Amino acid sequence: MSMRDTALRRPLAVTAVLGWIALTAAVAAAPEGPKLGKPLSPADIAAMDINVFPDGSGLPSGKGTALEGKAIYDAQCAACHGPKGTGGSAGELAGGSALDGPHPDQTVGNYWPYATTIFDFVRRSMPLNAPRSLSDDQVYAVTAYLLNINALIGETAEMNAKTLPEVHLPNREGFVRIWPNSH
Amino acid sequence: MIGAKKGYRTMTEDHPLTDDHLQSVAGGGLLDRRLFLRQSLAFGTGTGLLLAGMDATGAELPAWQKTPGAPFSNYGQPSPHEKEAIRWVSANSGAPGNGISWTPLHKLEGMITPNGLHFERHHNGVPQINPDRHRLSLHGLFRNPVSFSVEDLLRYPLVSRICFVECGGNSNAGWHEEPIQTPVGYFHGLASCSEWTGIPLSTLLDEAGLQPDARWVIAEGADAAGMNISIPIEKALDDTLVALYQNGERIRPENGYPLRLILPGWEAVLNVKWLQRLQAAREPVMARNETSKYTELQPSGKARQFTFLMDAKSLITQPSPGYKLRGPGLYQISGLAWSGRGKVRKVEVSADGGKSWAEAALQEPVMSKSFTRFRLPWRWDGSPLVLKSRAIDETGYQQPERAALVAERGRNGYFHYNAIVSWAVAPDGSLSHVYA
Ligand code: HEC
Repeated sequence: MSMRDTALRRPLAVTAVLGWIALTAAVAAAPEGPKLGKPLSPADIAAMDINVFPDGSGLPSGKGTALEGKAIYDAQCAACHGPKGTGGSAGELAGGSALDGPHPDQTVGNYWPYATTIFDFVRRSMPLNAPRSLSDDQVYAVTAYLLNINALIGETAEMNAKTLPEVHLPNREGFVRIWPNSH
Repeated sequence: MIGAKKGYRTMTEDHPLTDDHLQSVAGGGLLDRRLFLRQSLAFGTGTGLLLAGMDATGAELPAWQKTPGAPFSNYGQPSPHEKEAIRWVSANSGAPGNGISWTPLHKLEGMITPNGLHFERHHNGVPQINPDRHRLSLHGLFRNPVSFSVEDLLRYPLVSRICFVECGGNSNAGWHEEPIQTPVGYFHGLASCSEWTGIPLSTLLDEAGLQPDARWVIAEGADAAGMNISIPIEKALDDTLVALYQNGERIRPENGYPLRLILPGWEAVLNVKWLQRLQAAREPVMARNETSKYTELQPSGKARQFTFLMDAKSLITQPSPGYKLRGPGLYQISGLAWSGRGKVRKVEVSADGGKSWAEAALQEPVMSKSFTRFRLPWRWDGSPLVLKSRAIDETGYQQPERAALVAERGRNGYFHYNAIVSWAVAPDGSLSHVYA
């Protein structure tokens, strides 16, 4: 017996059309609520929205370089991630080994597909003991540092809302989407 | 099996069963799944006699029958004699709030996980959220971005459903070269099953005016990790709930108080706890937990991404490693099966390492995307053998043998391990995990 359900596989176009019909129908069929939602203003949204997408949307203004980031990293990250991202109580952030080898070692440098993800993640989650404590400039700087120790940018290259999404990570094409086609 | 037949008759002399129930239905002593149904009726009539036979003088009665018991309690606790039915914590040495705790599946029966034993995965601890200061905001591709207080949400139409929640990394020790020796809950217990009560997410998306070009909803939690992840709009509009209650009570802090997402059948990381924000978007955000983690590296060097469905799985919880069979005789094999695709249609058990299989009884009600309890009577004759179970769901998907799964995916994917699990029974009655 097949390990995946072939009956659920459909050509993408058909899935998209069916998906669209389902979507309109589902919203229409949703149980009605008392409609107590309070409108959000653009300012409310700007204050809470910290999602950063691969195309750079969501990136704030600000800037930083790896040179600036090194000091932040050594003071606030190295205790857990080791000097230069070599790992400690938390995982390594640099290096890595062949992804098709027998014991692949996956890191920001050789596995992550998008540089924007570093900014999104570090800003919301790191340092683990004091999340949301870094300024946007500091997040740009430490992001630049992580890219630099992975030999992806120079130590004086400025990372900002325009340059960060342009950094191409080596494993950009390394992912095969299972949803929705082979799901 | 002649000896087995004879022994069985002695146990139930007063209530003889027809011969077809006594015959083994597969190798290793597996008996007909209907056997225990008959037997429980027979034992039911005997209970009164047992009570009547007690010592009337009270001389041998235990203390708790001779002095008043403990007073009432505001919130009940398990018996102090059940101290081993606990979550097993495995946290980061440098960060006690980063890690997991496992549901002790080997200590539980039925299909519902007690709230205090639901597995945990926290990225940065359990936030102690004041519900009066918590809001859920919807923005992005909506005509009317809105936010709700928890009090608002409690007035919305609620629905309940029973479903499992399983971490994509559950059972990952199965990829190891050598079979891990640990109680089953500490190997497969990043899975739990509850009744969840909440608001269909579609109701809230509708109120906010979801726009037609929205293909993903990016959910975010209010914990110190600010965990974010992208959910396909099809699932968000299908059976996704914004849950407020778990097994009848408000969700506990470690399970997402005051609100969390429940995506029945999909990997747990999408079931965002402490839910505070939903952004509708055209593309996934490509968060750390949908790129760096919760993706599965294949031997080719490419990684599977967005593997949301939890495929069918089953395992025998009784007997299992850590338990010891007390000599040859009649036992009940009991286990759990589930599938993210729908209902479990059938569970088969083998007591001869997979040479022959017998169909187990499924405890009703069998529900879609829910734990399903299976049971099968078994007469062990004392010889060494290998027990296995395999689940087949209503789509026809069958849980694979380990060799087939490893051949397809390699051993470096970490997530989504769902192969058939095997326990070796030794002549002394002890059990161990084997790849067989
Ligand atoms: C107290 C220890 C600690 C400190 C300090 C810390 N981290 Fe982390 N970091 C962790 C842990 C633990 C994880 C894993 C989080 C999880 O499981 O979700 C992590 C994960 C990460 C990851 C994701 C790694 C991956 O491969 O998915 C990045 C990137 C990261 N940290 C960057 C930083 C940066 C930059 C700093 C400093 C500003 C920092 N960390 C400070 C403990 C720490």
